[in-house]
Amino acid sequence: MTKPKTFNFDTLSLHAGQRPDPSTGARATPIYQTASFMFRDTDHAASLFNIERAGHVYSRISNPTTAVLEERIAALEGGVGAIATASGQAATHLAIATLMGAGSHIVSSQSIYGGTHNLLEYTLPRFGIDTTFVNPSDIDAIRAAIRPHTRLVFGETLGNPGLDVLDIPRVAAVAHASGLPLLVDATFTTPYLSKPFELGADVIVHSATKFLSGHGVVIGGLLVDSGTFDWEASGKFPTLTEPYVGFHDLDFVEEFGPAAFITRARKEGARDFGACMSANTAFLILQGMETLPIRMQRHVENTRRVAAFLDEHEAVEWVAYPELPGHPGHALAKQLLPRGCGAVLSFGVKGGRMAGQRFIEKLEVFSHLANVGDAKSLVIHPASTTHHRMDARALEAAGISEGLVRMSVGLEDVGDLIEDIARGLRASQKG
Amino acid sequence: MELLIDGKVAYVGTGSREISSMRESVVFVHGAGQNHTIWVLPARHFVRKAFNVLSIDLPGHGRSAGPCVSSIEQMADWIAEVLRVAGLARAAVIGHSMGSLVALATAARHPDRVRSLAMVGVSVPMPVSEALLVTSAANEHAALEMLTFWGHSSTAHLGGNPTPGMWMLGCGLRLLEESGDGVVHTDLRACNEYRAGLEHATQVKCPTLLILGERDAMTPVRATHALGRAIPDVETLVFPGSGHALLSERPDPVLDALMRIV
Repeated sequence: MTKPKTFNFDTLSLHAGQRPDPSTGARATPIYQTASFMFRDTDHAASLFNIERAGHVYSRISNPTTAVLEERIAALEGGVGAIATASGQAATHLAIATLMGAGSHIVSSQSIYGGTHNLLEYTLPRFGIDTTFVNPSDIDAIRAAIRPHTRLVFGETLGNPGLDVLDIPRVAAVAHASGLPLLVDATFTTPYLSKPFELGADVIVHSATKFLSGHGVVIGGLLVDSGTFDWEASGKFPTLTEPYVGFHDLDFVEEFGPAAFITRARKEGARDFGACMSANTAFLILQGMETLPIRMQRHVENTRRVAAFLDEHEAVEWVAYPELPGHPGHALAKQLLPRGCGAVLSFGVKGGRMAGQRFIEKLEVFSHLANVGDAKSLVIHPASTTHHRMDARALEAAGISEGLVRMSVGLEDVGDLIEDIARGLRASQKG
Repeated sequence: MELLIDGKVAYVGTGSREISSMRESVVFVHGAGQNHTIWVLPARHFVRKAFNVLSIDLPGHGRSAGPCVSSIEQMADWIAEVLRVAGLARAAVIGHSMGSLVALATAARHPDRVRSLAMVGVSVPMPVSEALLVTSAANEHAALEMLTFWGHSSTAHLGGNPTPGMWMLGCGLRLLEESGDGVVHTDLRACNEYRAGLEHATQVKCPTLLILGERDAMTPVRATHALGRAIPDVETLVFPGSGHALLSERPDPVLDALMRIV
């Protein structure tokens, strides 16, 4: 029987969303560095504002360059559409603000990026949105944390920085049983290593700053809609299922069907919150995504070698990387992440915080900075940087010890990386 | 808006506007396994232009109660009944794919109800491949993939959606996935078994527009020639490069064309 065919992942990484520019023949995606777009006449203007025609009005809401990026990530994730945002944080905020308002509640994994923890723990409560943090491996705890006014379950495909593997199928099942969507931050895995929609997630956010762009030159985020969640059946999302007075009583689900969420996020969230991505940033992320498959392969290969080296080193107390048999998420990772567990790992240096600092300061190839997913190898001490706002209990819950070092393994020669690490570890033990 | 047709709920998207017998009306009919949401852009346009818009969900589709209707002729009669129950004498009737056959049959069987006709992505006959019939009969996901992948031009498989940020294949597939078991198969069988198309074409009394995609692999342009010859008052537009999913691939040209006939 004829098997329906379409293009495969590697081809989509290079091409999805873009055709050669019809007016110039430019092969690369042009950077449409413009704030606004001309209307043909007044009726054309009215039709664009009223969502009767496809097209662009103002680059805060959409732009031809960012649209290519949005379409590409939607294609790679298998979603219906996406919105590019000013940062990964902006994407997470846009998702939440589209789904709920004051009086709502979120159930979140406790093993998440420190910035997202700040947003959920300290900032959103000022706007009436509270969060209960749970161990992402404890399915019963997730279920128990859901309240009548819960509107979202949130986790990271690989928790930051302990690399907890999110059991997306089981967490999604718990969320869906309560009429809730599962929002997944897939920054550490990218669609090359994990396809959260295929596992049951409903919405995805990425910090495109990381592996998607891959070169540490931009800040950007992406919000992707699977189009699968049944907002109407849930009955908990009036922003999507009831007339919106801010857009002439538009009922997004009734008119846009599977594209309801992403359409509301653009027509309200991008319009009103305004955390848009610039065309130039989108271009740079697109450049990175062209090589995403081959970069991720090399990232994973290098990380496996580094993890194995660390795991056997006498100056290292422990290593958290799900591909190592001792990691609590090892079996789940083999099932959900068959292509690899990414390029971020964490470990503890014998001697605690001071030893960790000596290690970091001795490194020459690794760059000491707050980021992951660069082509260059990076290192940081989360307890004093990315997660410094978390108190001791929250740090412990997130698996962040005082001496924990987080590494993002880059694309350098892995022998050079291991030599650099060995040098740092020797120094760490000379205190 | 919900109407009761033969005691069953029929959903009609009106753009949140009251229907008035004082205004001209437009009826949109979706394709196999789909629902009214495929018409969102033109529907919103004609609402703004003060038309009554009736984006219908055929029985068993979207928000309309089932079961599905199993023949194109029955669907056409159902459309005429929707107009009657809505209190509207006549309307421009616009269909896509299977919906275009329904529109054609409505114009032929209820000529007093149809003041103009537009068929988007149409061929008469509209034979359906054995692979599609077999897989859809078994409710296999492969049937939805075939409809989606064959329904878009090869260039659309790489995207370039005129609607910013939307992935055409994902949107098309997701909409079909919302259909219940048996819906796609019932629709495809109705298309495959519709034999009266050319006879119906000769009975059309209203101005008619055919909107075709040059790269349409499901209802190729060449399969439309006989239809074009049979309809007395017809204009044919062929959009270069487009596949069968004209509403996704060429939304603005389709709207511009519809404005001429509505």
